[in-house]
Amino acid sequence: MAITFEHVGYTYQAGTPMATPALSDISFTVPDHGYLAIIGHTGSGKSTLIQQINALLKPTTGKITVDGFTITPQTTNADLKPLRRHVGMVFQFPESQLFEETIQRDIAFGPQNFGVSEAEANQRALEMLRTVGLDESFAKRSPFELSGGQMRRVAIAGVLAMQPKVLILDEPTAGLDPQGRLEMMTLFNRLHQEQGLTIILVTHQMEDVATYADEVAVMQAGKLLTCATPQEVFSDPAWVQSSDIAVPRAAKFAQRLGERGVKWDQLPLTADQLADQLVRQWPGTGAKHD
Amino acid sequence: MTNFIFGRYLPLNSIVHRLDPRSKLLLSFCYLIVVFLANSWLSYAILVGFTLAAILSSKISLGFFLKGLRPMLWLIAFTVVVQLLFSPAGGHVYFHWTILNITQAGLVNSGVIFIRFLLIIMMSTLLTLSTQPLDIATGLSSLMKPLRWVRIPVDTLAMMLAIALRFVPTLMDEATKIMNAQRARGVDFGEGGLIKQAKSFIPLMVPLFMSAFNRAEDLSTAMEARGYRDSEHRSQYRILTWQRRDTMTWLVFLMVVAAMLATRRW
Ligand SMILES: Nc1ncnc2c1ncn2[C@@H]1O[C@H](COP(=O)(O)OP(=O)(O)OP(=O)(O)O)[C@@H](O)[C@H]1O
Ligand SMILES: [Mg+2]
Repeated sequence: MAITFEHVGYTYQAGTPMATPALSDISFTVPDHGYLAIIGHTGSGKSTLIQQINALLKPTTGKITVDGFTITPQTTNADLKPLRRHVGMVFQFPESQLFEETIQRDIAFGPQNFGVSEAEANQRALEMLRTVGLDESFAKRSPFELSGGQMRRVAIAGVLAMQPKVLILDEPTAGLDPQGRLEMMTLFNRLHQEQGLTIILVTHQMEDVATYADEVAVMQAGKLLTCATPQEVFSDPAWVQSSDIAVPRAAKFAQRLGERGVKWDQLPLTADQLADQLVRQWPGTGAKHD
Repeated sequence: MTNFIFGRYLPLNSIVHRLDPRSKLLLSFCYLIVVFLANSWLSYAILVGFTLAAILSSKISLGFFLKGLRPMLWLIAFTVVVQLLFSPAGGHVYFHWTILNITQAGLVNSGVIFIRFLLIIMMSTLLTLSTQPLDIATGLSSLMKPLRWVRIPVDTLAMMLAIALRFVPTLMDEATKIMNAQRARGVDFGEGGLIKQAKSFIPLMVPLFMSAFNRAEDLSTAMEARGYRDSEHRSQYRILTWQRRDTMTWLVFLMVVAAMLATRRW
């Protein structure tokens, strides 16, 4: 599903003395099957932005289009269920949404709300449990006796079980161990590649941005600074410096090498790209490892 | 949830905000009694005037105030209607059906109830809007100090109150977050039949209680780790001092009370 923002603005508690503007004049497009990363300083409005996409927050100005659905300030709650069915949202620290007696029932909760039969929802729950790397022995346990990382996986499974076409992820790997982080990111990428899910990822991990995203949106103080490919965004050190973002570690390393005279065809952003280009520049050095 | 202002604090800089919390608490309490003492229209008019003046001097816009009262309207309307329909006979009867009567006495009674309700809600909303929750707690504990002599653990109670007040907004935020997460999973809050609505609260209440208990546990661990002991006399970070403006406010209030008493039916 393609997503389009047109001049979207949002103010918390609009019309009261507590009004806090959080977004202003945001316009961008994510194509169908796209993978967009959203980065920016803490408090820059990333979470606010993504909640507009399934109308948990409705824009105070402007318009959002998600395939056939249009969300404007006038949109009423009655028309939203078909939209939310297709837009899966994994919140920051999603483990706080668990409530059922068993893990299986919790994962099956979402699909059942959208009209899937109990039997099928339970089936899907087992499947999703495996997808997120937990085995079926977990199915009948209580979600509250899991570790934090396991709870996170169950919560993510609960969203995936709805079989959304757009998957929105708000810092899904914050607080996970490196291995779990890699597993989760690989899973999302597989869903993107194999099932064509449109993915929107909010993250502070520049390595993930460089590795997975087609495009990256940079937020600062409620404004969208730019929306371009990671290559374009990270290649301009002066601009990166001025917009409160970091560059991936491999890119930083490459830039340092660049200062000492190494020439790059294109700035490498990931460790793999860096290794490839180094091998090409000094043929013979990498051959032994092949 | 967002336009529910009762119980919230609105940081502004006005004389009402700067009053000593003890004086505001005591004033609000006395005001409660005064509202129930008034009985003639003129005495109510004086109280309405005083309330409006208090709101105006707090710099909080009247429109915001009235909008925030809207959620309370149902409660008020319900009470007024009950009062209107079930009041005892008296005066002219306008309407009669089985046990329901609308009488002149009933009309007057419900009018009085309406005004009392409104005045009390307005004043207590003003108290919470203009006083930080922590100041309310400090003020209360300071007012309750004499109870120490009868072995009531005032400090502990004040600490409990301060913590409870402190966590109201946190829990509200938490509730909003959980509701959003469950909405994204297809829950409709506040829609459908009564049973469906009641059921939709389980996915909200269970995580909310879970997180409240976890928070309580973390907090108590953190407090004990930093040496908090129950029932030890502790000094205060915020020292309350009585100012000239407090005296002035009380003088104005006493004048209003005198005017109210003079115009009341005896
Ligand atoms: N419920 C709310 N009421 C009022 N203001 C809010 C609310 N939620 C967020 N804000 C404000 O909106 C701005 C953007 O917040 P948002 O949560 O979107 O930031 P973020 O980019 O997701 O930050 P982080 O990286 O820390 O998650 C912040 O300045 C915040 O103070
Ligand atoms: Mg956020």
